[in-house]
Amino acid sequence: MHLHFVDYAIIAIYFFFVLGIGFALRGRMKTSEDFFLSGRSIPGWITGLAFMSANLGALEVMGHAANAAKYGMFVNHFYWLAAMPAMCFVGVFMMPFYYGSKVRSVPEYLRKRYDEKTRTLNALSFALMTLLVSGVDLYAMAILFERLLHWPFGASVVASAVVVAIYIYLGGLTSSIYNEVLQFFLIVFGFLPLAILGLKAVGGFAGLEAKLPNVGYAHTWANIWHASQNPMGINWFGTIFGLGFVLSFGYWCTDFLVVQRGLAAKDMPSAQRTPLVAAVPKMFFPLMVVLPGLVAIALDPTLTKYLNGRYDNALPAMLGKFYPSGLLGIGLTALLASFMSGMAGNVTAFNTVWTFDIYQTHVNPGQHDSHYLKMGRFATIFAVAVGIGTAFIVLRFNNLMDYLQLLFAFFNAPLFGTFLLGMFWKRTSAHSGFWGLLCGILAAATHYSLYHYHVILYPSDMAANFYQAIWAFSVCVLVTVLVTLFTEPRKEEELVGLVYSLTPKPRNQDLPWYERPGILAVGILALCAVLNIIFW
Amino acid sequence: MGLDIRSPIGILFTIYGAMLIIYGLVADPSIFVSSMEVNIDVWWGVAMLVFGLIMGILAFRASRRGAS
Repeated sequence: MHLHFVDYAIIAIYFFFVLGIGFALRGRMKTSEDFFLSGRSIPGWITGLAFMSANLGALEVMGHAANAAKYGMFVNHFYWLAAMPAMCFVGVFMMPFYYGSKVRSVPEYLRKRYDEKTRTLNALSFALMTLLVSGVDLYAMAILFERLLHWPFGASVVASAVVVAIYIYLGGLTSSIYNEVLQFFLIVFGFLPLAILGLKAVGGFAGLEAKLPNVGYAHTWANIWHASQNPMGINWFGTIFGLGFVLSFGYWCTDFLVVQRGLAAKDMPSAQRTPLVAAVPKMFFPLMVVLPGLVAIALDPTLTKYLNGRYDNALPAMLGKFYPSGLLGIGLTALLASFMSGMAGNVTAFNTVWTFDIYQTHVNPGQHDSHYLKMGRFATIFAVAVGIGTAFIVLRFNNLMDYLQLLFAFFNAPLFGTFLLGMFWKRTSAHSGFWGLLCGILAAATHYSLYHYHVILYPSDMAANFYQAIWAFSVCVLVTVLVTLFTEPRKEEELVGLVYSLTPKPRNQDLPWYERPGILAVGILALCAVLNIIFW
Repeated sequence: MGLDIRSPIGILFTIYGAMLIIYGLVADPSIFVSSMEVNIDVWWGVAMLVFGLIMGILAFRASRRGAS
C-alpha cells in the first residue's frame, strides 16, 4: 500500500499541533515543580485521560493486538481481571498516601516509609526499566514504518523521537499530559473504525467465532481451569494470582509512569479520581485492540497472507488491509500518537526519578532549583537517546508483550510486595524494605535464568512471566516479614500519612455521589463484571 | 492554567473531519473496496467533525465564562 497526499497532510498537521502545545507551555516552566509535577494544578479528567494514555503506548495497542492473535480472547484478562481492580485500588486506597504525603516520586515515598537505600535501589531499577521499556515504542515505530510504508527505518524513528524530546524539553510534564489527552482521542478515533470494518468483514461475532483457529480463542474464562485447554498454557492460579494480583497491582499501583499523572492533579479528590477516570475507557479498549487481533488471525490463520510471520504485525496489517486513503492517515496518526504518548510517559517518569532521586540525592545535592530544572531537561534528551538504543534489544523478542511482562516481572512484582507491607502493616521495619526488594529482584533473576536455560519449563513465555512475578513477589514478602521480625519497628509518629492504620481517611462526604472515589470504583467493578460474563 | 486543552483538540478534529469528508467525496470510489464498500472517509469524517465542534464549543463557552 502507499500513501496519498491527504495522508501525509494529516500526519504533518498532527506534528504541528503536538509541537505547538509544547511551545505554548514553554514560558510556564519556572520551577522544577512546574516541570516535573505540573505545579500540582491539573483537573482530574485531564490527568485521568493522561493516565490512560501514558499506558497506551505501542505495547498497549500493537502488543495486545499481537497477543490476541497469539493467545485469543484470553487477553481480555489484562483488562478486566488485571487492570480494573488494580486501578480502583490505587485510586481509593493508595493515592491518599502518594498525594497526601507530598512526595515527588514513588522512590521518594520509599525513603519516607523505609530508608535511603530502599529508595536508591528502587530509583535505579526503575530508571533502568523505564529506559528498556521506552525502546519498545521505538521498535514498534520501526516495524510500522519499515513493513507498512517501506520508509527508511532509522530516519522515521529518529524524527519521531526528536519530536517527543522537543515537546517535553519545552513544557515538561504539563506538555506531556496535554499531549496525552490529545493523543488519547486520536487513538480512539483512529482505531475504532478498524473494529467496525473488521467485524463486518468476518460476518459479526458469530462469523468471527467460526473462523478462529480453535474454540479456545473465543472465550475469556471458559478454558482457564486447566493449562492444557487454553492457548496461553496457563491455569487459573497463574492467571488470577500472577496476572490479576501481582503483575497488575505491581504495575498500576507502583509504576511511577502512571502514578506521576495522579501527582499532577490539583487536589486530593482529583488525584483519587485520576485512575478511576482512566478505568472507564480502559474497560472498553479490548474492542479496539483485542478484536482487530482476533480478526487478523481469523483472516490469516497461517500468518502468511497479511501478518508476514509475526504476530506483532497484526494491527498495522489490519490498518493496511481495511483503511482507504484519508482514514489511513488518521490510523497512522493514531499509531504515532500511541507511540509518542507511551514514549513521553517513560521519558517524564525517567527524568523525574533521575533528577530527584538519583542526581539531587547522591550526585549533586543542595543546588539552586533552576539547576535541577536544567538537569531535568538534559535527562529528557538523554532518555530519548538511550531509548533509540534499547529498540535493538527488543528486536530479539518475537512478541512485544512477552518482553514487557518480563521486565515488569523483574521490577514491579517485588516492589508491590514492599508497598503492600509498607502501607498496610505498620510494624514493617526500615531495613526490611531494602532486603525484601533486593531478594525479590534476585528471585526474578534466578527464575529467569532457570527458564532461559530450560531447567524449568512452561508452555509459553507469558506463563513463565506470570510465575516469575509470583516468585519475585512471594520472596519479597517473605524476606520483608522475616527481616522485620528481627529488627526494630519505626516509631508510629514518624509513619503518620504513610501507613493506612495511622493516617486519617480522606473525607469525601461533602462531594456529590458521582465524585466520590469509593462509589465510582464500585460502579466500575460492577460494569466490568458484566463484560466478563458476556464474553465468558 | 492558561491553555485549555479542549481548544487544540477541537481545532484539530474539525480540520481532520473536514479533510476526510472532502477527500471521501472527491476520491475515486474504487479505493473503498478495501473498506467493505463503505465510504468510511465521509462517515468517519462526520463523526470527527462533530466531536471537534463539540470540543470547540465547550472551550469557547469556558473561556467566555472565565472572561466575564
